[in-house]
Amino acid sequence: MEKVKIKICCGTSCFVMGAAQIQVLEFAPPADIADKIEIEEARCMNHCKNTTAKYNRGPFVLVNNELIEEANFEKVVNKVREILNQEN
Amino acid sequence: MLIPKNNANQMRTRILVKIVEKFLQGRFADADRIPLELRPKGGEVSRCCIYKDRAILKYRCMASMGFAPEDETDELTSLKEYGERALARQEHATNKLSVITDACSGCIRSRYMVTDACRGCFAKPCQVNCPKQAITIVNGRSTIDPDKCISCGRCQEVCPYHAVIRVPIPCEEACPVGAISKDESGKEHIDPEKCILCGKCLQSCPFGAVVEMSQIVDVLKLLADDDKKVVAMLAPAVLGQFPGTINNLIGALKKLGFADVVEVAVGADITTQKEAAEFIEKMEKGEKMMTTSCCPAYYKAADVHIPEIKPFVSHTRTPMYYTAELLKKEQPECTAVFIGPCLAKRFEAENDPNVDYVLTFEEIGAMLVASGINVTDCEPQEFAKISCAQGRRFPVSGGVAGAVVSLVGDKAEIKPTAINGLNKASIKLLKQYATKGSEFNMVEVMCCEGGCVAGPGCIALAKKSAIMVENYVKTAPDLKDKKD
Repeated sequence: MEKVKIKICCGTSCFVMGAAQIQVLEFAPPADIADKIEIEEARCMNHCKNTTAKYNRGPFVLVNNELIEEANFEKVVNKVREILNQEN
Repeated sequence: MLIPKNNANQMRTRILVKIVEKFLQGRFADADRIPLELRPKGGEVSRCCIYKDRAILKYRCMASMGFAPEDETDELTSLKEYGERALARQEHATNKLSVITDACSGCIRSRYMVTDACRGCFAKPCQVNCPKQAITIVNGRSTIDPDKCISCGRCQEVCPYHAVIRVPIPCEEACPVGAISKDESGKEHIDPEKCILCGKCLQSCPFGAVVEMSQIVDVLKLLADDDKKVVAMLAPAVLGQFPGTINNLIGALKKLGFADVVEVAVGADITTQKEAAEFIEKMEKGEKMMTTSCCPAYYKAADVHIPEIKPFVSHTRTPMYYTAELLKKEQPECTAVFIGPCLAKRFEAENDPNVDYVLTFEEIGAMLVASGINVTDCEPQEFAKISCAQGRRFPVSGGVAGAVVSLVGDKAEIKPTAINGLNKASIKLLKQYATKGSEFNMVEVMCCEGGCVAGPGCIALAKKSAIMVENYVKTAPDLKDKKD
């Protein structure tokens, strides 16, 4: 089965607004998804520049190709579980 | 610790970003929109309703501008007005932690309670063993009378069904020195005489009720003034706190308006040299042990709460002290801003004439975000003075003791240990070391578990930052080879 790709934006604005904390997925992912995810730290994906709300919608995380705004650990994990459940 | 910052802490970052944004856009003319922008109509609500959310956000904004919630004399004073007052003041706010009374949930006082798992058994070991007769049987189930309960925990120990649980109060549990407690109304209150400014309550409160008084507005004002020369002193825990390299970060800070950036690890090298010399001298005099002195939260804890350990605390000054001393010797006209992971440093800076302001990594992060500066894109620059491996390892647990050990060498017998995090148990242990002695003679104490990389003002995960610190150490010269 293909792994779920998590792309965490690590541009300065996303990093400061909380992406740094989402990196906990690299060290201590929930056991049920631990071997089913692939994490990538991305350079600024420019989402913060493409919206009128700017950085206020960050941090941005891409789970497969779905964009999560104001992402946090919980939202990312829920999205991963949703995708995995659909596949099953 | 691998638990991510809770949402209440994340909100603090958003508020700081907004404060900087409103300063840059019009010197706080629009500041009263912050609570509305963070909690827009029809959006998500975290407390009972949007209006309470916004009211509490206003208090949190006040704190970010340097005003304590209890300083409020008129509830109608606008954030715009607080912003103007902050810009007009010459001295920054008092360094303290405060509780926003309306945000404090007043967690239940009784620490032990009986759950549904209680079978209302015949033996009733809980009732039999309770020394205060606090347990009665109500509707066939044990019930604890909170007025009689002394939280001894006997009922929990003896219940065969594990039906008794202990419900802690997160802030009180986290405070190593008993500085936060309930007032008559059941809300938490921080005693400034007892508080060591470690920030553990602020990190642990799930309601985001604890705030600290920021100096961010004072520094923003100076950075915007072209006549002022503001110098950033970067604490060694900075590694990994921002994307890009430390050299990119120097460029980013200059874009923010800092005239120069120096590394506090250079001062840490001086601390190492002096502390090693002091240790050797003390051992020659026959003293039984010495503890480190660079953690300001520990320093105050020793002063106020652990009188037994006081005679053993090193008299060597901190890396911040030596760095600022060097800086002010070379550039006496500059304003020195310490940038680190620590809130207690604000308290230390009050007694150090060479340090003018203290900001956290989080506050600098907020400035970068609101100014649209991407660190990775900034021109990499070098530090004028190169720090050594010893100084660079100060922010991780074991780093300070390790540095001193490396310089003491065989000049004295050194048996080091590290207190990794101040809490009620480790304070007890320190008291024991002081009164009864131990097998160690060099005790490193760091208030934050993991070291400064786990401080309350950090952006990155402690683990990630610690890895980056170790990598940075590898590229540094050894202090032992350094010739002055």
